[in-house]
Amino acid sequence: MSEGRKIKVLVCKPGLDGHDRGAKVIARALRDAGMEVIYTGIHQTPDDIANTVLQEDVDAVLLSILSGAHNTLCPLIMKKLKEKGVDDVLVAVGGIIPDEDKPFLEKQGLKGFYGPGTDLKTIVEFVKNNVKR
Amino acid sequence: MTEIDEQKTLKPLKAERKKSFRTLSDIEVKRLYTPEDIKDLDYERDLGEPGQFPFTRGAYHNMYRGRLWTMRQFAGFGTAEQTNKRYKFLLEHGQTGLSVAFSLHTIYGYEADDERALGEIGKEGVSIDTLKDMEILFDGIDLSKISTSMTINAPASILLAMYIVTAEKQGHAPDKLRGTIQNDILKEYIAQKSWIFPPEASMRLIVDTIEYCTKYVPQWYTISISGYHIREAGATAVQELAFTLADGFAYVEAALERGLDIDDFAPRLSFFFNSHNNFFEEIAKFRAARRIWAKHMKYKYGAKKPESMRLRFHTQTAGVSLTAQEPENNIVRVTIQALAAVLGGTQSLHTNSYDEALCLPTEKAVKIALRTQQIIAHESGVADTVDPLAGSYYVEWLTNKMEEEAEKYFAKIEELGGVIPAIKANFFQQEIANASYKYQQEIENKERIIVGVNDFKLREPCQVPILKIDESVAQKQIERLHQVKKERNNEKVKKALEKLKKAAEGTENLMPYILDAVREYASVGEIISTLKEVFGTYQEDSIF
Repeated sequence: MSEGRKIKVLVCKPGLDGHDRGAKVIARALRDAGMEVIYTGIHQTPDDIANTVLQEDVDAVLLSILSGAHNTLCPLIMKKLKEKGVDDVLVAVGGIIPDEDKPFLEKQGLKGFYGPGTDLKTIVEFVKNNVKR
Repeated sequence: MTEIDEQKTLKPLKAERKKSFRTLSDIEVKRLYTPEDIKDLDYERDLGEPGQFPFTRGAYHNMYRGRLWTMRQFAGFGTAEQTNKRYKFLLEHGQTGLSVAFSLHTIYGYEADDERALGEIGKEGVSIDTLKDMEILFDGIDLSKISTSMTINAPASILLAMYIVTAEKQGHAPDKLRGTIQNDILKEYIAQKSWIFPPEASMRLIVDTIEYCTKYVPQWYTISISGYHIREAGATAVQELAFTLADGFAYVEAALERGLDIDDFAPRLSFFFNSHNNFFEEIAKFRAARRIWAKHMKYKYGAKKPESMRLRFHTQTAGVSLTAQEPENNIVRVTIQALAAVLGGTQSLHTNSYDEALCLPTEKAVKIALRTQQIIAHESGVADTVDPLAGSYYVEWLTNKMEEEAEKYFAKIEELGGVIPAIKANFFQQEIANASYKYQQEIENKERIIVGVNDFKLREPCQVPILKIDESVAQKQIERLHQVKKERNNEKVKKALEKLKKAAEGTENLMPYILDAVREYASVGEIISTLKEVFGTYQEDSIF
């Protein structure tokens, strides 16, 4: 991380799930912690997400999925990012992610899984400590 | 009061636990409520007998002494076969009404094999593409004997049409059918986000169903005006109350504009509220909702029939209050919330399962949730007298306070030009985002304690068995959709869709055209795509 540049984070919801309460709260907490937050909201396709990551040159992507579609959507998103040559962005996911799915998602390159009840400080610290550039 | 007594009761006690005590709506709660707090309360005017204007004390004169509330567990997952099996399980255990949860691809009007449906099929509800799925869903369940609630909004008219045709095939006429479609699009723009078309076209579809059902499906509740999702998205109890009733007024105004008579359609409007943790605030909210609705219907919209003024509602306990930490504790939360709903006079109730912060509910968890209602109904004695909390200084004061605060919001919404302009200005969305962020900060700062989450934490994670949806569900659903498309008369489907499109371009009621398309096994996706060509789609601003 170079001095003076704010950490830039994309918060969004892939898939059809419209439960955006958590994503919005996290977007705001990251902003309050001094980061630059791009919030693209709901219904983001893997292509939409990869394009935003490129255009906005973000340091981290926080996905929020409560619908149970994470095992399908996360690998697709990682694939799209790779296709576009993005390999230095932190990707984490929050929502309803059962423990047993985490090893699979880690293998796809995701890091950081935050379920219900996680406090905001934990997420802010996680992003600060894990952005790759 | 003697001097000594006064010292005993009024002298400041030792320091209190907190600087101030506040409800979830941030209403300050006093140490003590006395007759002084409700000195202007007029029994006849403000409460009335149960079943009488303004219905504060209940929708019916004898409430649960006559008939208990309907125990209605929201259920749906996987394929129609799997959900049909769950319904039969629930009915065998004494459930008295059905409630259908649909898969997200159905809710958004995408076919199972659409790219947008990838990974979503059957995960949040039952996957329905065509009439064929609906026939399987209700196989062996007599639709003339059961009431069914369907949580469906943008495509509500299509699923209602499928239900009508499924019943027809069982030999039951539409006038025998009892149930509800949620059909409340305004709260989708405000909170739940499963919109498809722009607001004006959506309102037309809703008024079409109201008009059609008033004539042909007279026992059907045409809309379930929902605060549940508004609350889940982060609103306070006051906001839930105000925004929901404001939506209700908007539907009434739209139907009046169509030229319908208020006393023809108003008795078939119903409501759906959340029941959260702050026990008395929730009870006050339900009581205030009945009074506000009755007064507006009578004085503002000129309803004449008492049934048009009587607000009836379904309640679901607060999903958002469930914790993933020590999930068994959720059984206790649900019990408190369910009790509030019953003391608030609900007509039907869904109790959440303790494992729902982790997964779709397992059979065991659903059974405990249903048993919770049965224990309240049959063992606690709370259902033996009507509105037992009436006259409580605190509950009546809080009921008044809820009404007062809601009226402030109505004035604000009117200032903004009504509900749809307020949606377009992101008014509700921003109010809700602010409230949910504030709530979360109170938890972070431990101003609010959530047991097992920000206090009294266990070191060891606690494990409960979870329900997983097999990925083969998607394959099965896609295969069935393809099979149906092979077997149906595609020429007739095409014609039905063309006619629907033409009607959509005009101003006719679309229900008969949708029914025709459904009968030919047109899919939800095909019907929605046809309507999108005419109506277009909605895009929201992403604010936070």
